[in-house]
This record gives sequence, structure tokens and C-alpha cells, in this order.
Amino acid sequence: MTTKVLIVAEHDGSKLNPATAKCVTCARGLSGAEITVAVFAADASAVAAQAAQLTGVTRVLTVENPANAHLLSATLAPQIVALAGPFTHVFGPSTTFGKDLMPRVAALLDTAQISDIMAVESATRFRRPIYAGNAILTVEVEGGAKVIGTVRTASFEASPAGGSAPIEKESVNAELPTYTRFVSVSAAKSDRPDLQTANRVVSGGRALGSADAFKILYSLADKIGAAVGASRAAVDAGYAPNELQVGQTGKIIAPELYIAIGISGAIQHLTGIKDARTIVAINKDGEAPIFEVADYGLVGDLFQIVPELEKLI
Amino acid sequence: MKRILVGIKRVVDYNVRIRVKPDGSGVITDGVKMSINPFDEIALEEALRIKEKGGAEEVVVATVGPADCQQQLRTALAMGADRALHVQADGVVEPLVAARALLKLVEKEQPMMVILGKQAIDDDNSQTGQMLAALWNRPQATFASKVELSEGKARVTREVDAGLETLEVDLPAVVTTDLRLNEPRYVKLPDIMKAKKKPLETLTLSAIGVEQKQRLKLVKFEPPPQRQKGIRVKDAAELVEALRKKGLV
Repeated sequence: MTTKVLIVAEHDGSKLNPATAKCVTCARGLSGAEITVAVFAADASAVAAQAAQLTGVTRVLTVENPANAHLLSATLAPQIVALAGPFTHVFGPSTTFGKDLMPRVAALLDTAQISDIMAVESATRFRRPIYAGNAILTVEVEGGAKVIGTVRTASFEASPAGGSAPIEKESVNAELPTYTRFVSVSAAKSDRPDLQTANRVVSGGRALGSADAFKILYSLADKIGAAVGASRAAVDAGYAPNELQVGQTGKIIAPELYIAIGISGAIQHLTGIKDARTIVAINKDGEAPIFEVADYGLVGDLFQIVPELEKLI
Repeated sequence: MKRILVGIKRVVDYNVRIRVKPDGSGVITDGVKMSINPFDEIALEEALRIKEKGGAEEVVVATVGPADCQQQLRTALAMGADRALHVQADGVVEPLVAARALLKLVEKEQPMMVILGKQAIDDDNSQTGQMLAALWNRPQATFASKVELSEGKARVTREVDAGLETLEVDLPAVVTTDLRLNEPRYVKLPDIMKAKKKPLETLTLSAIGVEQKQRLKLVKFEPPPQRQKGIRVKDAAELVEALRKKGLV
């Protein structure tokens, strides 16, 4: 049986989210896979063109409907189910978008879901982290059932541009509920790189002591072109907005360089940075668990060290 | 009656350091402290606050799992839930089975809202709430950091990757909770005594007509690869030099 993968594109109406390219790489790990990317939108043309360029994509399907102007799971799920018939696998990214959507799809298909796929062992066997990454579980889908999964984006590189897959318009026959309505999204406008995909991340913890103190991190981040992250403790304390949270229940990231400043390193935080290439820890407590995983550790006063770093770099 | 159903799960306590069994068949849970999944505690707290503000008349807490789960249900009753439903099941309960069981309870209890944690900290699946909403064909508002009720509707603020998203959903609906929705209350001793007298109904999966199907085979559990321990640098200058050498700054 041919392996046919349907990937649900994540986008904001004009730009394809890089998480989608990571799903493509995951799907390319299935031998001989035909990869279809589905773009649900009010006007899918711009996003579809970007998806068509991803290496490994066989074709792009667009499903255009005014109801898809905002990607609401309750509206999308029946449309995905209507498309899913011929596919052996349906993947979405393990972002808040995919985490919200894919279980809804899986339930409608009466199928289990594999959350946070970190490695592909075969077309039916996958590895995923559990217990905040403190154990790795290998699971197998049995009996020829469809494989529904979310892809842990930190585990895969983005599939590069270079392809030119055909784009086909598709119309689906599905009853779309109207009981969920989009009201608004508030995102801090930022010129800094996106935390999820940045090569460098400067991250702060409770030791910063105030939202005001976070400014020294922003300043360092701007100097080295980094995104800014935060520990749960810092977000809970109101020093940083929720979308900056890194860890088990925040963002799972894999930058080239992660600089943890005043972060003690709770297990739940470490699970979010395990895939970082190089971890730097700056903390006044030399016994902090963050030093167990840091490639470079510096014990000292962050309020002295951070401005110094900025000057030296 | 305006009722909220809260789904909870018994999990290995937040503070326990997890170890994988040497034979790879699971993680060690013998003698390990068990608790209500922290996100589910937040779910219960939210339901109680809605009731205390007059938005609901009854909070019913439910779980699917082995006999030991009754400890967590009693804790939930001590926190303030009015009654508890225990669907007994031994062995693996996949999210889809839990969702089907909750759907049966929903049909019986007719809640205006079901609140659950956004994920359980053991399997980290983050599926059950969304699956229940799908099977029930009702709205879902996941990862909630704020819930406001008005006549027949809820306005829910969600923690999403981009920031905060607000949805309006018709009731009944499923809400799953994020960390910053509230801070759960502590249980006081007199409440523990009172909780012993509150009703706790025991059911089984087969009695409510749900098959305990296991769709995913758990092949093996392994400890994660360890990062190599790094080096200590003495000051900012040494750190910058080390990062320069690796081409990182």
C-alpha cells in the first residue's frame, strides 16, 4: 500500500508557518511517501504557493471557504475528515494550532492520535516524549488504522524550498458548525525573531525580579539577533507575556544557541530546550539544575554579567 | 440544573523524578506519590469559582481509571465538588476511550460546560478534551486563561503560540485549562472530613457501554538521551570567547 500523507498547513492567511515545513520533513521519513499539503483558507493562493515550494511535497490542495478565514478546529475538523479518506497518515504540527485541531480530527475518524512525534521508526511506529521528556515511548499503530499525529517541531529541520508541486483546488462536502466564533487575537508586535524558529534565544527566569529587568535581556537579544524566551516562573510572575514561555507546557524549541539567564532549570523547563545545540546558563546559584544540561555555565550576578556580555559581543 | 462536569486524572505527582523500568515496560509507579493532574486541579478550581459566582449550581467531578482513583476524587470533593463519578477501568485508558466515557456521562448529566486540564503531565497527550468535543459535536476552547460566561455563551481567552486568542462559544462547550487560568485552593482538614460524606458513584466502562479498546501498542519505554555535562567559565569574557570559537556569536 502506498503511504499517502496529508499535512494540514498552519498559516495566518498570508504566510505559511515554518512548523508545516517541519511536518513535511517528518513525513519524508516515511519511505516512499506521497505528501499532500492541505491549505484551508478564505483565500489560499499565497500560502499554497509557499507550500508548493517545499521539497518533498507531491501536491498542494486548497480548500477555500469564507468560514476558513480563521482556522477554528471545530470548523476545520469535518473538512479534514472529508479529505482524509485516501490517506494513510494525517499530520499537523505540535503547535497550539495542531494540538487543538488534530485530536478533534482523530476522534471523528475513530482513531487514536500520536502526539508529539519526535522520530519515525517505520510507517506505523513512532517515538514520542512523555513525562515532560523524562521518558521516550515507542508506539505502534496496529491493524492498518490511519495514523493521526502531531509532529514535534523541535525534532525536525524545516524541509527546504526547491520544489514546485502542483496546486489543486478542492471543494469538500461537510457540514460546518457555527457554534464557535473567532473574536480576536492579540499578539505583541515584535521585530525580533520568532521564538519558535529563532537560531538564538535569550531566556530569562524568576531571578530577573521584574518586567522592567527583562529589558536587559531584550537589549542583549537585539545585539545578537536573538528571540526572547522566559521560564514559567517568570511568566507567572508577570515579567514576560505567555507566548514567551518555554517548557513542557509552553514552547518546545531547538535553537543553535540558548542562553538561560536566572533560570534554575526545573524539569518542565528543561524539556523545552533539550534539543538546543548549545546551552549557556548564567545563574548565581552554582547548584542550580540548569548547570546539569548547560554546555557553558557561568556562576554570578546576572545584572552584572548580562550588560558585560552585551558590551563584549 | 446548571451543572459543570470536570474531568480529572490521577497521575504521578508533579515533583516525582520519573524513572523508566529496566525492562522498558513502563515507568516506575510503585510507592510513588500520586496526585490530581495539576491542570485538572485548575479545571476544578475554575468550575468551583463559576459556581460560587452563581454561574452554575452543581459541580460534578469524574474520572476514568483504577480503584485507587477514588483518592483523587475524594480530594476533589474536599476542594468543593458536589459529587463524584468514577468509571472504573484497569489497564491502559487511551484518550479516545476516556473521551467516549465522558461523553456517556455528559449524556446522563447534561452539563452546560465540561472543563478538563489541557494535558495530563504523565502521557502529555493533550487530546481528551478535544476528542470529547468532537464526539459530542460541541465547541471546544482549549488552553484557556480566562473564561467569562454570559447567557448561553462563553467568551474564552486562549494561550496560543502567537499570544492570546479570544473565542466565543455557544454552550454547552468543552473548555481545557492552561496554567494561568487560576490558582487552585488548598484543601482544609474539615473539608476532607465533609468530603467523606459526599456522594461518589462507581460505574464501569462496560456498564456505560464503552469498549476499552487499545489502539496504540506501547512498544517500549526508554530513558531520554542525556546531554553531556559542559564546562564552567569564570567570566563574561571567557564565555564570549568560547561562543566565538564555536561561531555562535
